[in-house]
Amino acid sequence: MDHIISVTVENKFGVLSRVAGLFSGRGFNIESLSVAPTLDPSMSQMTIVTSGDERIIEQIVKQLNKLIDVIKVVDLNETEFVSRETAIIKVHTKDVDRAEALRIVDIFRANVIDSTPTTYTIEVSGDPKKIEAIINLLQPLGIKELVRTGRVAVAREPVRQAAVQAKKNARE
Amino acid sequence: MKLTGAEIFIECLKREGVKTLFALPGGVVLKIFDMLHQQKDVEVILTRHEQGAGHMAEGYAKATGKAGVCLVTSGPGMTNVITALADAYMDSVPVVCFSGQVPTSLIGNDAFQEADNIGLSRPCTKYNFLVKDVNDLAATIKEAFYIATTGRPGPVLVDIPKDVSMAKADFTYPNSVSIRGYNPTVEGNKWQIKQAAEAIMKAKKPILYVGGGVVFSGASQELLELAEMTQIPVDMTLMGLGAFPGEHPLSMGMLGMHGTYQANMAMHYSDLVIAIGARFDDRVTGKPSEFCPHAKVIHVDIDPTSIRKNIHVDIPIVGDCKSVLRELNQILRATVNGEQKDLRKPWWDQIRDWQQAHPLAYHQEKEGPIKPQQVVKRLYELTKDRDPIVATDVGQHQMWAAQYFKLAKPNRWLTSGGLGTMGFGFPAAMGAQAAFRDRLVLCIAGDGSIQMNMQEMATAVLSKLPVKIIILNNGFHGMVRQWQDLFYEGRYASSNLGTTPDFVKLAEAYGAVGLRVKKVGDLDAVLKEALATDKPVIVDVPTYPYENCYPMIPAGGCNHEMILEDPPELKMKQSGGAKVTPEDKDTVLTA
Ligand SMILES: Cc1cc2nc3c(=O)[nH]c(=O)nc-3n(C[C@H](O)[C@H](O)[C@H](O)COP(=O)(O)OP(=O)(O)OC[C@H]3O[C@@H](n4cnc5c(N)ncnc54)[C@H](O)[C@@H]3O)c2cc1C
Ligand SMILES: Cc1ncc(C[n+]2csc(CCOP(=O)(O)OP(=O)(O)O)c2C)c(N)n1
Ligand SMILES: [Mg+2]
Repeated sequence: MDHIISVTVENKFGVLSRVAGLFSGRGFNIESLSVAPTLDPSMSQMTIVTSGDERIIEQIVKQLNKLIDVIKVVDLNETEFVSRETAIIKVHTKDVDRAEALRIVDIFRANVIDSTPTTYTIEVSGDPKKIEAIINLLQPLGIKELVRTGRVAVAREPVRQAAVQAKKNARE
Repeated sequence: MKLTGAEIFIECLKREGVKTLFALPGGVVLKIFDMLHQQKDVEVILTRHEQGAGHMAEGYAKATGKAGVCLVTSGPGMTNVITALADAYMDSVPVVCFSGQVPTSLIGNDAFQEADNIGLSRPCTKYNFLVKDVNDLAATIKEAFYIATTGRPGPVLVDIPKDVSMAKADFTYPNSVSIRGYNPTVEGNKWQIKQAAEAIMKAKKPILYVGGGVVFSGASQELLELAEMTQIPVDMTLMGLGAFPGEHPLSMGMLGMHGTYQANMAMHYSDLVIAIGARFDDRVTGKPSEFCPHAKVIHVDIDPTSIRKNIHVDIPIVGDCKSVLRELNQILRATVNGEQKDLRKPWWDQIRDWQQAHPLAYHQEKEGPIKPQQVVKRLYELTKDRDPIVATDVGQHQMWAAQYFKLAKPNRWLTSGGLGTMGFGFPAAMGAQAAFRDRLVLCIAGDGSIQMNMQEMATAVLSKLPVKIIILNNGFHGMVRQWQDLFYEGRYASSNLGTTPDFVKLAEAYGAVGLRVKKVGDLDAVLKEALATDKPVIVDVPTYPYENCYPMIPAGGCNHEMILEDPPELKMKQSGGAKVTPEDKDTVLTA
């Protein structure tokens, strides 16, 4: 099963290679990895999608924690989380296909972000199943290029706790 | 007043209490060497190869418990020291290695003698730094020593570009370090420790399995108290030797691939394994699925990744051995009573039976070829009163040293376990000797291994490091030959060294002393002569070439299935007498 691990790291030179090196050196799998600075510019947030049995995931989490540049590791599969991925898909469109392409864009609430007489460039966001689904539908038209961001994810706030907090805020 | 990077470097070493630096110069570190030349606080030991410098730093660190420090130049200097860093990483040795780098403006340009030091060392260091600004140098060095010596120790590299060593900055040395992503756990979880104490009270067949972590943490006293109070037998890993007195009645000796019969049997049949600062290496577990099939496992380790890496653990305790053992002993002191002794009587009867059934054994004929075990045994007996430090290389001789040299105290044993680096022993011994000029430092070497860092004899003579090297000269990569005899039908592919130098002359060529033991009757006299010499000495001991090291658990085998002696067809070959070449060995076998 896919596992999503959220890793807060120092935002400095060489950190990405330490994390990537850890995975390659120990034979762990990386399905996708995304990195960007957090609100605090001294830190970056990585979302790593990986796979393995329980023992391997435990080792991955421990080994990540052991890296000196890693500040915090959260195994999101241990909580509720929401995740999103963005794909940009360039499709060939012959005259007859252009309407069909737009229909698919509509159904998936995707956007056309660039257009030429023979191509559409489509942007779509969602969970990985949705991305897979739109790719499958667009494939018969002819996909020229496809880029995906890999998943980003965040733990959900526990609903009850959030409600209590909201009440408290309202009272104050 | 502003100081240059080179001066800051030296000031930092002084603040860290570094007295000895193992080093070899080159273009980008000349400024640093120039400043070292003009001071007296830090002694520079000029090695002949950067690998030697790295192993010396390791030996220094293992013997003192403090960080060992080395300095190398960019490019080839850096690539040469990599083996030592990898060795230190595998065996958790606190080493701080400084490397020179091309000027910052040239980094990445394929400049002369440029190498990606950070990239090269990343997988074999605990951490590494590239210092791009002289203003960061002092704080970086402080962090490097802190990281190398705390938590699970390990090597740290600090890469210093040439311009950084020349540039000037104000010098202030930080008093403390705080790294938000690095906070080793020292104290164990109290609840878990209580669980461990309860399990220990109840166990009928407990065994202590102790490793290098006990040595690093300085927890030997606490271990001794635990073992004596609870009367639990102690198995040591190769890296744990000395953590518990080797001659103590509770000591089972080493466990694992070449461990003693009783140590391995006790592991296999135990109902409670108490692992302390040991990492369940595959040389110890054998086949993991059949490892300790009847036991609950308690594991105390400062590094959470060591726990449940290879083996299921029932009671994990993350923390420093010393602190955890103190806590554990405190609980047990209040609860241990005579009952456990009765409860465990059958276990001890069983263990004594195992001990008597298959003690470590070899056969030395009075006029026959010298047996390597005899050499180690006599060396041990002749020197034990002098509390020696013992280094080894890698191979059969290392295992015989582990079996027959029964160390009484920690920090006396310098060996390469994780990486198994031939050529480790001699420079490591020199590093220890540099730290303790007045102590007796021995190096038990193989004729193959010693040739991997022989060049350091020049360093030993120049820097007056009177290490006593005893070469168990069997003419072979003996460990390789043993595997070939047991698993490759005796085909000696590249294990026969063919020709070895005359080690006596070689020692003399370097200005050291060379001695040779010609027959077993001369062994004591020659060893004594060597021990009485105040120079570096090589004692060349030609030994029986076909001796094999037992017990042995074949790789991936099960711990209670040990090979205890040569299989019959091998014995037959050997009864043929002295030198048997691979060719006439075949004739013996088919005859
Ligand atoms: C030819 C050859 C044959 C070998 N045969 C054997 C053999 O028969 N038997 C054998 O045992 N080994 C053998 N070895 C060595 C083996 O490969 C391993 O190096 C060794 O078993 C590891 O020892 P260890 O478990 O004590 O771990 P070490 O490598 O010493 O690691 C120490 C452990 O303690 C932890 N630790 C560190 N500091 C602390 C602290 N302060 N508090 C708590 N924990 C701490 C670390 O995190 C680590 O998990 C052989 C090696 C060679 C080259
Ligand atoms: C650098 C290195 N290369 C190769 C090996 C593989 N190896 C392990 S033991 C051994 C033979 C060692 O021979 P020697 O030093 O003579 O010791 P002996 O086994 O004969 O006592 C070899 C080649 C190693 N451990 N290290
Ligand atoms: Mg040999």
